[in-house]
Amino acid sequence: MARSTAMKAAGLILALLIFTFFSLAASSSNNQIQILNAERRIDLSSHIVKVFLTLKVENVGTSPASEIFLAFPPSQADQLALVKAQAAIGKKKKKSYVHLDVNPTQLPDAPNGTKYFSISLLNPLSSGETATLEVLYILTHSLEPFPAEISQLESQLVYFRDSALMLSPYHIKQQTTFIKTPSTKVESFTRVEPTKFAGRELKYGPYEDRPPYSFSPVIVHLENNSPFAVVEELLREVEISHWGNLQITEHYKLVHAGARHKGVFSRVDYQSRASVKGASSFKHLLASLPPRVHSVYYRDEIGNISSSHLRTDYRKSELEIEPRYPLFGGWKATFVIGYGLPLEDFLFESPDGKRYLNFSFGCPLAQTVVNKLTIKVVLPEGSKDPSAAVPYPVEQRLETKYSYLDVVGRTVLVLEKKNVVPEHITPFQVYYTFKPIFMLAEPLMLASVYFLFFMACVAYLQIDISIRK
Amino acid sequence: MADGESSREATARTLRNAFGNVFSFFILLLIGILAFSIRLFSVIKYESVIHEFDPYFNYRVTQFLTKNGIYDFWNWFDDRTWYPLGRVIGGTVYPGLTLTAGTLWWLLNSLNIPLSVETVCVFTAPIFSAFASWATYLLTKEVKGTGAGLTAAVLLAMVPSYISRSVAGSYDNEAVAIFALIFTFYLYIKTLNTGSLFYATLNALAYFYMVCSWGGYTFIINLIPMHVLLCIVTGRYSSRLYIAYAPLVVLGTLLAALVPVVGFNAVMTSEHFASFLVFIIIHVVALVYHVKGNLSPRMFKVAVTLVVSVGLVVCCAMIAVLIALVASSPTKGWSGRSLSLLDPTYASKYIPIIASVSEHQPPTWPSYFMDINVLAFLVPAGIIACFLPLSDASSFVVLYIVTAVYFSGVMVRLMLVFAPAACIMSGIALSEAFNVLTRSIKFQLPGSSGISQSGDTSMNTEGEQNDIAKTEKMDETAKERPSKKNKRKEKEPVVKASIRSRIERRLLVLPLEASVIAIILLVLLGAFYVKVACKVDAALNVHASTLEKSSRVGRWKLVHCVWAAAEAYSAPSIVLTTYSREGGLHVFDDFREAYAWLSHNTEVDDKVASWWDYGYQTTAMANRTVIVDNNTWNNTHIATVGTAMSSPEKAAWEIFNSLDVKYVLVVFGGLVGYPSDDINKFLWMVRIGGGVFPHIKEPDYLRDGQYRIDSQATPTMLNCLMYKLSYYRFVETDGKAFDRVRQTEIGKKYFKLTHFEEVFTTHHWMVRIYKLKPPKNRIRGKTKKSKSKASSTSSPKRSGTGKRNPWH
Repeated sequence: MARSTAMKAAGLILALLIFTFFSLAASSSNNQIQILNAERRIDLSSHIVKVFLTLKVENVGTSPASEIFLAFPPSQADQLALVKAQAAIGKKKKKSYVHLDVNPTQLPDAPNGTKYFSISLLNPLSSGETATLEVLYILTHSLEPFPAEISQLESQLVYFRDSALMLSPYHIKQQTTFIKTPSTKVESFTRVEPTKFAGRELKYGPYEDRPPYSFSPVIVHLENNSPFAVVEELLREVEISHWGNLQITEHYKLVHAGARHKGVFSRVDYQSRASVKGASSFKHLLASLPPRVHSVYYRDEIGNISSSHLRTDYRKSELEIEPRYPLFGGWKATFVIGYGLPLEDFLFESPDGKRYLNFSFGCPLAQTVVNKLTIKVVLPEGSKDPSAAVPYPVEQRLETKYSYLDVVGRTVLVLEKKNVVPEHITPFQVYYTFKPIFMLAEPLMLASVYFLFFMACVAYLQIDISIRK
Repeated sequence: MADGESSREATARTLRNAFGNVFSFFILLLIGILAFSIRLFSVIKYESVIHEFDPYFNYRVTQFLTKNGIYDFWNWFDDRTWYPLGRVIGGTVYPGLTLTAGTLWWLLNSLNIPLSVETVCVFTAPIFSAFASWATYLLTKEVKGTGAGLTAAVLLAMVPSYISRSVAGSYDNEAVAIFALIFTFYLYIKTLNTGSLFYATLNALAYFYMVCSWGGYTFIINLIPMHVLLCIVTGRYSSRLYIAYAPLVVLGTLLAALVPVVGFNAVMTSEHFASFLVFIIIHVVALVYHVKGNLSPRMFKVAVTLVVSVGLVVCCAMIAVLIALVASSPTKGWSGRSLSLLDPTYASKYIPIIASVSEHQPPTWPSYFMDINVLAFLVPAGIIACFLPLSDASSFVVLYIVTAVYFSGVMVRLMLVFAPAACIMSGIALSEAFNVLTRSIKFQLPGSSGISQSGDTSMNTEGEQNDIAKTEKMDETAKERPSKKNKRKEKEPVVKASIRSRIERRLLVLPLEASVIAIILLVLLGAFYVKVACKVDAALNVHASTLEKSSRVGRWKLVHCVWAAAEAYSAPSIVLTTYSREGGLHVFDDFREAYAWLSHNTEVDDKVASWWDYGYQTTAMANRTVIVDNNTWNNTHIATVGTAMSSPEKAAWEIFNSLDVKYVLVVFGGLVGYPSDDINKFLWMVRIGGGVFPHIKEPDYLRDGQYRIDSQATPTMLNCLMYKLSYYRFVETDGKAFDRVRQTEIGKKYFKLTHFEEVFTTHHWMVRIYKLKPPKNRIRGKTKKSKSKASSTSSPKRSGTGKRNPWH
């Protein structure tokens, strides 16, 4: 089944290749740039595929170029979680990197639904100049388990599909691709000469002088027993209390996204040699939390889960959690992690009098992919004008939540993002205005209720409502 | 002048009254806090979680109620249990507890206090035990005054028997029912003392709440008629008695019939028969008294002879018809549980399901001592104190304790009904003892004006520092209070009784030294009460370290003893803990591990078969359909599961397959030494199964009358499904297959499963889940052979197993 789809894909790509030769002339606008050297390092050691791309580009055209385009086949574009680019400035000794903006774009003559990202250069590349760009992009769900179902004793094999030649709208003079595998065990790989496999590295290339949109599909079938921990849905609720606490509640829906477990789960086998008999499973997860974390809990809908350890030091806290049972392929688990943080570490006042929360975006669990991340920032009751500054495109909306003794409700800023990887963990800000007098609303309310209660008691004791004296 | 003096005296008295009221109010508040907080050890030591089995069902019902509303709740047909029969939850459940917690949750949420349903459920029992101790105060106050009331309330707040059923998380009917029971009794006594219709109506409402809450309401509806009858027989009939009883029967029965689970049972079953009989009798007596009041003595005699001769004939005929009606039904109109109360041997003879529940067994003597300890010695003293001036109220309490002693002797569960009675009696005894002793001291202290004063001696003594005397003082003040507030005279007998008691009190003067020593001894007894609770409980406790801890801390011994007392009962039973040698805590959380696995990794509609003990937990925690659960309403269905568990693999597979079962869950304690596992319960499965399906015979599973699983075990035993599922591949853990519960090596160590495959076993092997293999796998196939190498369990080779398994 999977093989036939691979064949189909190959056929498709062949057609694409032929098509690209014809369309060469059309993409005249891209002709002014060529890539002198492209080096691709694909890291397959976990289920999150990281690709480091080093491009040396040259402007061979006449007019200065301010943008460099990256091309991705449509299948990969869906799996793309993050694209980052930076430019190297200076010579070898004093090399420093400058972050560049990357935005998805469309090109009018995109063959076969190719998706593009444009890297905006800091200074337009004038004619004849060269620049070195470093690109990192991350693919998720791009390792397909094959066989799709394995038993407890088998280890997990996956397919990785890519092209030996980099898809690019530019002419590439020389390119090499290195694929790093998690173990030496590689079942098979497509050969596109020159191809070399040594140790834990598979090398494709170098290939010289390839025209734009060259494509040469390869399939690598390799062993990968790293935990395929995927959080299908993560809801992080950040509740600000101006009494000094930041309460975070995180609801996880975890799944093992590797090859599905089939048949027997034998505890005897698992306990005797878990590393061999149950290699594809995982039972530990590591969450890195901010320092000074307190009142941490880890539970699910039926109660506390006792298997967790918290280590704290002054820089960070680490929470090691174990789901109730080891997770095999396809097994799911849900749990909640909650903790409190001192507010002064995260809430600041901006010069214009607004307050802002500075908190980290993304999932605190190491080495996990989040399919859908929702962050709810619950502002204190009475706060106004919420706005968020997030480094990535996210969906935003506002909600109202009623918590302890609320009357008007708390404004909740909801941020949603799909396909989140650990590299997304960067700070984001939520700005709002808040008058401290609102802090006293609830204590005053309680006090007045008590007062009224005692008044009622006094009144009841003083009033004689009997008819007969 | 005299006028001014009396007014000054009056203001002084009002002040004292106010002080006494405020003082007792704060004592009551503290008692409530004590009752609440002593039950929180389970939350502090473990976690805020629902305990045991039945509470999980109640929790699930509450969840349904809060989610879908009251009307859906009444109409709820639950298809996730008793598959394929289902269960009409709305009509078969006592809704009191659920409605209480649901209302509490709704109230909190409408105030925007977002507590989860679980939290509300966990804390319902402690809250209601605080209410129960307040109700005890009220009841005892009506019987013997404020001092006795406060003492009884303190005792009830701490009585181990009640703690055991009402720790936080023990979300069971009894949690609210004990409060309802005591409160109903209080209102009955209150009505009896005041003759007020207002309280009579409240009494009917409280009775209604009790009917909603617990099947034990039959105790009320039998005890009160008994008391009424007692009053009539002893010539204590009064209009107050009539007001206390008649509205209760009429209103109470009407209200009880509103509860779906009771319905027409309220008029049709024999449990309620006594109340109607007494209802008739009280009317006859009322008529007689009325007639007697209107006629001259001679005319009355004539009328009596006339009525008696005619009435006797009619009555005999009526009773004969009634007896015939009742006798015609096979159970004589009594439900099985009630019958086993009247005849303790009934259940073990006819209904093994009722007999198999440990809480339906008669209690042992140690359990009496553990559950009420020193109260057991105080109770007789309390009974004597009740007789000193015997009033309607105190006769009721005496009757209550006598019947409760009997019922608690039949069923260990009903110790819970006995505990409040014991507390009330002990409270009365203690308070009377303090009264006598402090009075003795007071009379003999030099310079005290005690002797010269009449009547209110205790109220006017100056320089009184003894706080026990203060309680006594409040006792006096509180007696005055109702007469002031209601602007109504106290009832004659009460006043008379109090005067008589005062005279008696003066006669009962003990020597000073003796009374001081006695007071000290009594205080020590109170300490002993708490301390003994500690010792007994700690001895029962698996963790001996708690005892060491409590003995190490010398000064706060009492506090720690309470702590230990609560600890013995606070284990939620779904989580088990042991202390490792280094002092670390080791947690056995296997049950929830298994339930979480089931809920996340099986299909929503999969059916899970297990012994009925785990039915409620499976539906609540794993949200999977079960075949049988703890509501043991269908004996045949349970017998079917019992038969399957005690059959050989193939027959069991067929039974389970016919029930659409996909997973079979067994609880196995052999690896870690968890004694209440399925192998230990197995004989009950055989018995219950054999009761319906005669081909299961108990002797087949016993070797010379002994139940064993070692090499001496019978072949039937070694080949039944329960044995196989429990011990499958057990030998691979230690090489010997040593069962730590039975302390023996198992009989058959190496065997394969043909029709079941292991799909999950928890970390400590306490829960093992097997899947029924689909039928097609049973057909011999060539392709399967290669697979059986990879996974040793899925071996469809029937011939192979046939050789190793001669009984198959």
